[in-house]
Amino acid sequence: MSAASISSNTILNLPDQRTATMPKRHYINNEDGLLSWLLTGDHKRIALLYLISITFFFFIGGAFAGLIRLELLTPQPDLVASDTYNKFFTMHGIIMIFLFLVPSVPATLGNFLIPIMIGAKDLAFPKINLLSWYLYIIGGTLTLAALVLGGVDTGWTFTTPLSTHYLNTHVVTAATAIFIAGFASIFTGLNFIVTIHRMRAPGMTWFRMPLFVWANYAASILMVLGTPVLAIAIVLVALERLIGIGVFDPTKGGDPLLFQHLFWFYSHPAVYIMILPGMGVISEVISTFSRKRVFGYTAVAFSSVAIAVFGFFVWAHHMFIMGVSNYSALVFSLLTMLVAVPSAIKIFNWAFTLQKGSITFETPMIYAFGFMGLFTIGGLTGVFLGSLGMDIHLTETYFIVAHFHYVMVGGMLMAFLAGIHFWWPKMTGRMYSEPLSKLSAVVSFIGFNLTFMPQFILGYLGMPRRYHAYPPEFQVLNVLSTAGATVLGVGFTLPLLYLAWSLKYGEIAGSNPWQATGLEWQIQSPPLTENFTEVPVIDYEAYDYEWLERKHANEVTTVG
Amino acid sequence: MHISPVMWQFITKWLANSALFPREASTVAPWADALYFFLVGMTVVGLILVGILVIGFSVRYRRSVHPVATQIEGSTLLEATWTIIPLAIFLVTFVWGALLYFRIYNPPANSMNIYVVGKQWMWKAEHPGGQHEINALHVPIGRPVQLTMISQDVFHSFSIPDFRVKREVIPGRYSTVWFEATEAGTYHIFCTQYCGTKHSGMIGEVTAMTPEDYDKWTQESTSGTSLAQNGERLFASMECTACHNGTSTARGPSLAGVYGSKLTLVSGQQVVVNDAYLRDAILNPSQHVTAGFAPIMPTYQGQISEDGLIDLVEYIKTLDTNYRVQQTLGTSQSDLAAPTTPGMVKP
Repeated sequence: MSAASISSNTILNLPDQRTATMPKRHYINNEDGLLSWLLTGDHKRIALLYLISITFFFFIGGAFAGLIRLELLTPQPDLVASDTYNKFFTMHGIIMIFLFLVPSVPATLGNFLIPIMIGAKDLAFPKINLLSWYLYIIGGTLTLAALVLGGVDTGWTFTTPLSTHYLNTHVVTAATAIFIAGFASIFTGLNFIVTIHRMRAPGMTWFRMPLFVWANYAASILMVLGTPVLAIAIVLVALERLIGIGVFDPTKGGDPLLFQHLFWFYSHPAVYIMILPGMGVISEVISTFSRKRVFGYTAVAFSSVAIAVFGFFVWAHHMFIMGVSNYSALVFSLLTMLVAVPSAIKIFNWAFTLQKGSITFETPMIYAFGFMGLFTIGGLTGVFLGSLGMDIHLTETYFIVAHFHYVMVGGMLMAFLAGIHFWWPKMTGRMYSEPLSKLSAVVSFIGFNLTFMPQFILGYLGMPRRYHAYPPEFQVLNVLSTAGATVLGVGFTLPLLYLAWSLKYGEIAGSNPWQATGLEWQIQSPPLTENFTEVPVIDYEAYDYEWLERKHANEVTTVG
Repeated sequence: MHISPVMWQFITKWLANSALFPREASTVAPWADALYFFLVGMTVVGLILVGILVIGFSVRYRRSVHPVATQIEGSTLLEATWTIIPLAIFLVTFVWGALLYFRIYNPPANSMNIYVVGKQWMWKAEHPGGQHEINALHVPIGRPVQLTMISQDVFHSFSIPDFRVKREVIPGRYSTVWFEATEAGTYHIFCTQYCGTKHSGMIGEVTAMTPEDYDKWTQESTSGTSLAQNGERLFASMECTACHNGTSTARGPSLAGVYGSKLTLVSGQQVVVNDAYLRDAILNPSQHVTAGFAPIMPTYQGQISEDGLIDLVEYIKTLDTNYRVQQTLGTSQSDLAAPTTPGMVKP
């Protein structure tokens, strides 16, 4: 068979939808009734439970973002009272970080895909996996309770002594919520690590794993090692508030900077917990839609691990202006520069994956391109902040708000949406509307830049973050930002609508609509509860599109 | 399209009064901006590079013109290139940023000192000459000014964007920042660390003035007593004179000339006496006992406000001899009216 005729099979066309049928039995219809969902041990069902819950919290957090932008439309504090505004940004931060970004990709896509990608039936500890979701729900409910009872206004950073001695809001409730939600994250990480170590199918060596698995593995290490420190910091805040133990109180011999150290020891690695799984998604998407193995697979895999390792040693870059010694500032600045390098490697490796590929532009790819542009800006503006002298002027201003959102929304959220669109056919067995989804990707991209680009300029002008009112000369840029947020809101609401619509009316996807190589695409959509009818034996590398061609060629022969 | 003249006026005024780049009003500002432009350049070049690669490859290798992908494993040479070049740029940024950081945080020896106390939700500036300001700060241009800052309650952060300086103001310890204003004018002071309800109201104005105007201002706005004079009164009223009087039988160490000197503590530790040390020694004396003395000094934690502590520190700084101390001691012992001011001891 000539190379050309083999390759004709690889042309990425959606398989003929008329011949695709929904499998009779799959994990969604395997059992019926609410209890079969609430007591399930199936990683795929738990992933869906997570998907529904984090989507719920995303829109609550997003509503707060909308309220913040609405208040900032005018320089005067005229929409709500200062305390209310402070609660808005606190709730926005707590919900988005602890209840959306941290669990987003790992707990939904990771939960769904990791066992399938390595050829396992389920995660190592299905019951602990379900427990994770319940802990998350308890954490989420407590957060909502704190919100309904009157809110919290500490900021998501819980800075002491403000949070311990000077506020009368529901700090302990919110702290408990984060403490509990933290354990959900620890258990998820633990489950992933054990599963990836012990449950790989025969032939699935470490360097045959999809990069999505590598990225989640690196993030899991961070979750397991970092989150307990957050738990400690949160418990100390609660104890200080309740019984005044004085660990952070200078009048009792405590040190308020200690809280900053403990908090950022988790919260800096936490941004890598959030972004790494997103990077994993991008590797899968870019490879699939350029029909090419990821350029420099090993470098991309190890850069995830390098980010995880270096990520633990840069926390004090949040404290450059807080009176840490000049020399420790030097060390942390240097390490921060080093942690930027693996991210740069990834960006270039993805770009060169496109080279000599055969590229198509389905929705996940559009989101992935958005990610690459926005994450490049987000990452490079991080270098501004890691550079000691520049950080003095930029920290605690809108520059840092913009930087963080470029990484977390422009990077992570775009990656999450890329992943959701990419694996939606696998999860539900149905396709969404391609034109609508492309439109929403473009709308989000435009809205996002309009929202956050002006904030870089505002930050350099010196506008402080968390300001309820601001000098009038900052208004024009704030108006632009609010206008952008409105567009962004549309961009994020659209997927909710057409994805829900697709559940009933979407075309039937078939098992491998994107002609991707991952193990998850070789089984039916939606998968069986046990994932595989027989244990798969892996005798090919990840992203081996030639293997896929041969497989198809054989299928044709068999059928014919 | 017709725009009403009123609307037109409103829009032009609104746009004309908007800012896009902060003023450069201190000696350090051009240095900070130089690094900023370098970093902006780096970002733009990086973004264009990634953009060219992604868009270029997308056009060149799109399905319709390049239907068959050529599998490439990777390239160590290319990967080494995009590891080493970013690393080199980031290291340049590191060194440049570090130089700027040291420039901003190490004050010149000849800088004048002003104290700043942050509290929810105001800035109090205390000039050694006895000028007290709230949410305002007057400084001369062409002269380095060091701020010694402390918070009375939560974390605050003192920021003057047009000077490109900022420093956290922390409870329980002094932090410092310095600048030299170059252009007369008024500039924003912001609290940039979230500090509670009226965080966004914790703002003020720096007025940078020519030296002549500044001298005029200092003379016109002094309260009449310098910080050191306030400190002297406090020193007497707190009965510090009972021990720290420099006599041969004194139970506390003499404070004359102590500021800036090197002390040996009973623990054997050597310390340099600066503002922070003096403050700690007053609040937490048992940890700061000078060698040769008994740990008998009570703590003044909770009895002296941060302003009072600044007054005391300023007073101790000016003590060259014990002459004034002994004079005070003499007057209070002879039951003559001691120069105390009721209400100086703040909670």
